[in-house]
Amino acid sequence: MSVVTVQLGQCGNQVGHELFDVVCGDAHDGQRRSYCSVSRERFFHQTERGDLVARAVLIDMEPKVIKHSMNKAANSGRWTYGDDAHFSQKQGSGNNWANGFCVHGPRHEAALEELVRRQVERCDRLSGLMAMMSVAGGTGSGVGTYVTQCLRDTFPKSFIVNQLTWPYGTGEVIVQNYNSVLTLAHLYGLSDAILVHENDTVHGICARLLNLKHISFGDVNRVIAHQLGAVLQPALTTDSHGLYSRNPLGELASALVCHPEYKLLSMSTVPQMPSASIAYSTFSWPGPLRHLRQMLVSNSKMEEGIDWQVRLPAASERSRSLTGGGRGGGRGGGGAAAAAIFNRSLANLLILRGKDVYSAETGGFEDPALFTSWLSPRDAFSLWKSPVPFNKYEKSATLVSNSQALLRPLDDMVRKAWNMFASRAYIHQYVKFGISEEDFLDSFTSLEQVISSYSQLS
Amino acid sequence: MTQSVVVQGVYDDALSSFFRNVDSRKSDGGACGFGGRIQHLKARAVLVDMEEGVVNEILQGPLSEVFDSTQLLTDVSGSGNNWAVGHMSYGSVYREQIVDKLRKAAEHCDCLQCFFLIHSMGGGTGSGLGTRVLSLLEEEFPEVCRIVTSVYPSPEDDVITSPYNSVLAMKELSEHADCVIPVENQSLVDIVNKIKHMSDGGKPGLTIRKDSSIISGQGGLRGAEKPFDAMNNIVANLLLNITSSARFEGSLNMDLNEIAMNLVPFPRLHYLVPSLTPLYTLADVSVPTRRLDQMFSDAFSKDHQLLRANPKHSLYLACALMVRGNVQVSDLRRNIERLRPSLPFVSWNQEGWKTGLCSVPPVGHSHSLLALANNTCVKSTFLDLKERFTKLYRKKAHLHHYLHVEGMEQSCFSEAITSLSSLIEEYHHLDATKGKLIPDAPRLSIAR
Repeated sequence: MSVVTVQLGQCGNQVGHELFDVVCGDAHDGQRRSYCSVSRERFFHQTERGDLVARAVLIDMEPKVIKHSMNKAANSGRWTYGDDAHFSQKQGSGNNWANGFCVHGPRHEAALEELVRRQVERCDRLSGLMAMMSVAGGTGSGVGTYVTQCLRDTFPKSFIVNQLTWPYGTGEVIVQNYNSVLTLAHLYGLSDAILVHENDTVHGICARLLNLKHISFGDVNRVIAHQLGAVLQPALTTDSHGLYSRNPLGELASALVCHPEYKLLSMSTVPQMPSASIAYSTFSWPGPLRHLRQMLVSNSKMEEGIDWQVRLPAASERSRSLTGGGRGGGRGGGGAAAAAIFNRSLANLLILRGKDVYSAETGGFEDPALFTSWLSPRDAFSLWKSPVPFNKYEKSATLVSNSQALLRPLDDMVRKAWNMFASRAYIHQYVKFGISEEDFLDSFTSLEQVISSYSQLS
Repeated sequence: MTQSVVVQGVYDDALSSFFRNVDSRKSDGGACGFGGRIQHLKARAVLVDMEEGVVNEILQGPLSEVFDSTQLLTDVSGSGNNWAVGHMSYGSVYREQIVDKLRKAAEHCDCLQCFFLIHSMGGGTGSGLGTRVLSLLEEEFPEVCRIVTSVYPSPEDDVITSPYNSVLAMKELSEHADCVIPVENQSLVDIVNKIKHMSDGGKPGLTIRKDSSIISGQGGLRGAEKPFDAMNNIVANLLLNITSSARFEGSLNMDLNEIAMNLVPFPRLHYLVPSLTPLYTLADVSVPTRRLDQMFSDAFSKDHQLLRANPKHSLYLACALMVRGNVQVSDLRRNIERLRPSLPFVSWNQEGWKTGLCSVPPVGHSHSLLALANNTCVKSTFLDLKERFTKLYRKKAHLHHYLHVEGMEQSCFSEAITSLSSLIEEYHHLDATKGKLIPDAPRLSIAR
């Protein structure tokens, strides 16, 4: 079953391109036939001549990025974007969410819907839609939110997942926090699951794990694509009964999003190493899995500098926390929890790929102490496997978490946006295009609610 | 240069931002679309002067082909360094023609993104008629961004009435421009002198690479020959850098309307201090990374600013960095981290950086950086202007030349100085928050 990807704005189009490159390459290297054919069917449409055409719609309000992506794909010789699958205008959204959401989105609604419909109709069966965008700019965030709304209206029964790239904390766009707040608040009511990548985290992976001295956005995008590919490539799930799952987005959403108030998902992949070293590395499962578990517990974003001091509460403390307060939870209302001792999860999805997956010991991830008390660990933890090595790594493990991991970054974002809003700086730029102070307040309120919910997980 | 462009050149997006491609042999007006060969490039421009000398010179020089008579508006007698003559008299007489020429130029565009208005503040035409054109642009094309590059007079300016003209123009700029990039003649002179000093063997062992300096006109049709050419080249480079990301591709594009969006937190506070680096490239520099980091440091040094104010002692409201060339996001991040602690930002915009990465460097360089800062230091420039204005106004010197002009009244002066005073006050108000520890605004509390 196929996934249609909607690439929005510069970031969405650049990351999307890398994703198709990764999955195409992964299903290429003499891999097992069924894996390849499921992967190809999922991401590509095959022409009569056997050419692979990405199941993607490229949307941007200015033409340069799309042009660049399409040329690059065409020159790769392995896959292309459809000639009729893109939409661009001459002038961007000016980093203005209101311009994207209130002006460009509605203005081009018909054309954009048509493009998506065309891709959807080419699928034998649609598994779901994935919208890829950044939250900092104007098109990805504003037009992206509007398009997600349209997708929800047009395909009410389909799974819609948003892959969001959060900007560097020290700024790429001055109004990035406004754009982010508006985007997240609106998407919360529209999306089935929100997969988040933070530029700061990915940059750290490039610097410290991949040993890159000069890091370009291309490098950052490739890491994101690697992680996404590790999640979306074919896998055997509990529901798929020995065959590769046909419903990756649906199973992802149902495994992790058990409650509409909790939709933010983060991901980590181990190992991540310089490409030159991959061929020479070989290891067994216990090490990486132990690291991944501790990364989850201590909220470490990468497999280096993991804080091994952070522990799960003992059983006796746990029962105290069930009654509210205590360690691991925190007080909500008016800001993030005061230093939660460990990162509490609602649900986790572990995906193992490569050699000896059937012998990997994953019991540590089912420890009830990791989770809130609402779900039994059996329901809170899901395991997918694939015996096929992914993207040249002999073994790789990916953890997708619905946990407090994003609480701090979210709270920072809201705090900065709120401080700016308190002085009303830049508000006239949004009002000009149809977003009022009331709209801002509504969005702030929604996100404070999300922050409060995640803070109080116990 | 013109020759090789005609033989090999393709008319692409980058060129089309500033030029039309016209085949005069065609009967329908001759407009050619993208991708074709260059036939005749015509600048997307309207040239206005109430004297003929400068425009005539352009028409006789190597750029004569690029402008045609329909784009020009000239008169013979000039404005006598009198803002009122430019704004009121010529403004009325030529209103129709101006609007007409602007419309024609706009109609040739597939997508009109922005108007660049380039003028000086101290004279009569640029200042007076120029600001009249600015309000016409707002009237006729309210949706299109207006970015104004204004050359401010130095204190030693030899036009006695330049303070009047500048203050009268300031009111117009505050009200009708989206962004103003002020440039001071004195800063340009200082930069030119600095470069000349370097070229003349200022420091032994360090030579400037030939034709790499910002004043050389490198990449243009001829080098800098006349006295103001060197200074004007600097401003030309400024405009090239601002538009580079809109013309060429890069990993993080920065459009012109993004500049206004990110750098203007409140409508009237839209004066942006520009700095350009490098001013020149040394011939024997060997260490790329250090050179790159030096470029970032230079952007925040007074020597590279086109305005003489001192930003480090004032407050940054916002700052944009437009990088061109082979520079990656890690270089950008490293330098922002390095410089941030020494730059005071307003409390609600502590990490207020807007960044752009364009892959194509300027001609003759491997990389370059343009910094545009919305910084309260512009206040000092305005205070200077106000002082010079007051000196004259107190004695009513030369006032009658203005009041004689139809449409001009004393109230124009008092309104203009009031506008300037309140603008200064707004900056002052923000300055007062500098150094104070402003606590986070109390957050919304959610009922549970």
